[in-house]
Amino acid sequence: MASVTTARKAPSGFRISKKALPYVLSLPALLVCIGILIPFFTAVINSFQRYRLSQPWARQFNWGENYLNFFTDPSFWNTLRVSLTYAGLTVVLELLLGLGIALLLQKRSAFNNFVSIMLLMPLMIAPALAALMWKLMTNPGFGILSYFASLVGLDNFRWASSPDTALLTVVLVDIWVYTPFIMILLLAGLRSLPTQPFEAAALDGVPRTFVFFRITLPMLTPYILTATLFRLLDSIQQFDIIYAMTQGGPGDTLTVFQVEAYLNFFQSTNVGRSAALLIILWAITYLLSNIFIKNWLRLRERARGEA
Amino acid sequence: MESTSTPERILRGIALTLVILFFMFPIFWIFMMSFQTNETILQIPPSLSFTPTLSNYMALITGKLTTAAGTLDIAFMGNLGNSVFLSTASVAVSLLLGVPAAYAFARHKFRGSEDIAFTLLSFRFAPPLLVLLPLTQYFQWLGLSDTYIGLIWVYQLICLPLILWIVRGYFEDISADVEYAYRIAGHSWFATFRKIALPLAGPGIAAAGLLAFIFAWNNFVFALVLASASKQPVTVGALAFVTSSGIQYGQIAAAIVLSIAPTLALALYAQRYLVEGLSLGAVKG
Repeated sequence: MASVTTARKAPSGFRISKKALPYVLSLPALLVCIGILIPFFTAVINSFQRYRLSQPWARQFNWGENYLNFFTDPSFWNTLRVSLTYAGLTVVLELLLGLGIALLLQKRSAFNNFVSIMLLMPLMIAPALAALMWKLMTNPGFGILSYFASLVGLDNFRWASSPDTALLTVVLVDIWVYTPFIMILLLAGLRSLPTQPFEAAALDGVPRTFVFFRITLPMLTPYILTATLFRLLDSIQQFDIIYAMTQGGPGDTLTVFQVEAYLNFFQSTNVGRSAALLIILWAITYLLSNIFIKNWLRLRERARGEA
Repeated sequence: MESTSTPERILRGIALTLVILFFMFPIFWIFMMSFQTNETILQIPPSLSFTPTLSNYMALITGKLTTAAGTLDIAFMGNLGNSVFLSTASVAVSLLLGVPAAYAFARHKFRGSEDIAFTLLSFRFAPPLLVLLPLTQYFQWLGLSDTYIGLIWVYQLICLPLILWIVRGYFEDISADVEYAYRIAGHSWFATFRKIALPLAGPGIAAAGLLAFIFAWNNFVFALVLASASKQPVTVGALAFVTSSGIQYGQIAAAIVLSIAPTLALALYAQRYLVEGLSLGAVKG
């Protein structure tokens, strides 16, 4: 960055030294966010305390006790298990489905573009409202999906109100909302692939399964990775869909990290345990997002270079 | 693409039909439900032949629901107003704070710039409750609990990273030479920013703003934790509405339709930018 600014007399108006300028410009945004960092440190401190809202006088440091208790706490292991199952199921199913749909729509045509825009609609609906929509459709009394279930012989299929099928139901809603996200990313990836390898393969008469697994998939990997990590980070923290659908129930069937922490804070008023749960979740997402940001930066550079 | 055989074309057609059915049917069904009375909603088997009624929407708009058991107040229009106000104000504040910062990050590689940008980005990926739960106590001390200002501040966590990272990408795409040329002519950096950089990045800024609006509108957990009934947006309000009047299915469906219509309309309008926005600029659409 050459110092071309000194070429003439100093410009009138705003006189901020060149060095300070970027800091001045980004300071307001930073200040707003620093206000948010303070609660983060409070959460760390809370997680090392015995702290119940119902007994504020008994608040004291118990150091790692909240964390140590988790080892022998079956409900913590339930939270971990449900969160990982939910994240694993949604991401894998959405990835397969999203890739399938992207391949169906790969060819650029007016119809395919129209369909891909239509399919984006669930993604633009608030997840909490999407859960309410599915709640109406799975109502045991009049829900259209309960009716469909009874048509295929599943009488009295209770969807989210039965512990056996609650996870399945929220995973279904998650798939409905977020598959379009993976689809649109992979579609953009597929359409940006260079055409030469595919033309060469077609000329040589290479079988299409071979083309898919040896050319398409490897070249699409950065996009798949981005989409997967994006979804994994969101999915392991899922709150809206589960809370709006069942509030973590029935029983503790769906008490994923954030739902359990929310219930701990507001229902059992156990601030310490709630904070410790969220710190563990944060540690998981921090690890994931570090991997994510590295890959994502590489992809972003590439997108910038090709644009 | 090479020509495909007929059976394959048929299979692809069937698969695509199933996909469209799965993703479109819920929207269609709730939309239909919003024009039905409870009697037609509750009939089994469900049927699509009904006389459409606007009574559900009327009940929501007038805020009074007359049933056999008496009248029920519905605060839903207030929720809708809150959503409009909170999302608009949050995006406005975010643009005001985020666009200059994005410009600084794009044009000046100053010390710590990448660290700061990543710190801001990491908010996008941290569990929101981690910050929100302690914040409830700070908000009580600061007198910010259940105020629009407090909510708009917290909404910056959603809007600011989005705007910062998308707009930064747009600024980086503009050649810096144009700006240098303008500055050599004796114009201040502010004039350069206003007359050259802003107009060139205009479409990107607009797209980022629209996306931030959609994300703010669709947010649920921030207002669930920090807002009481009078300040709640539609996402929280609709859930409360379901709990309070659990059997007014037609009105619930109508409330959902009114709540999702604005974001769907905006998304259709801004669809060109969705890919870039959703991936924070990592994937070009």
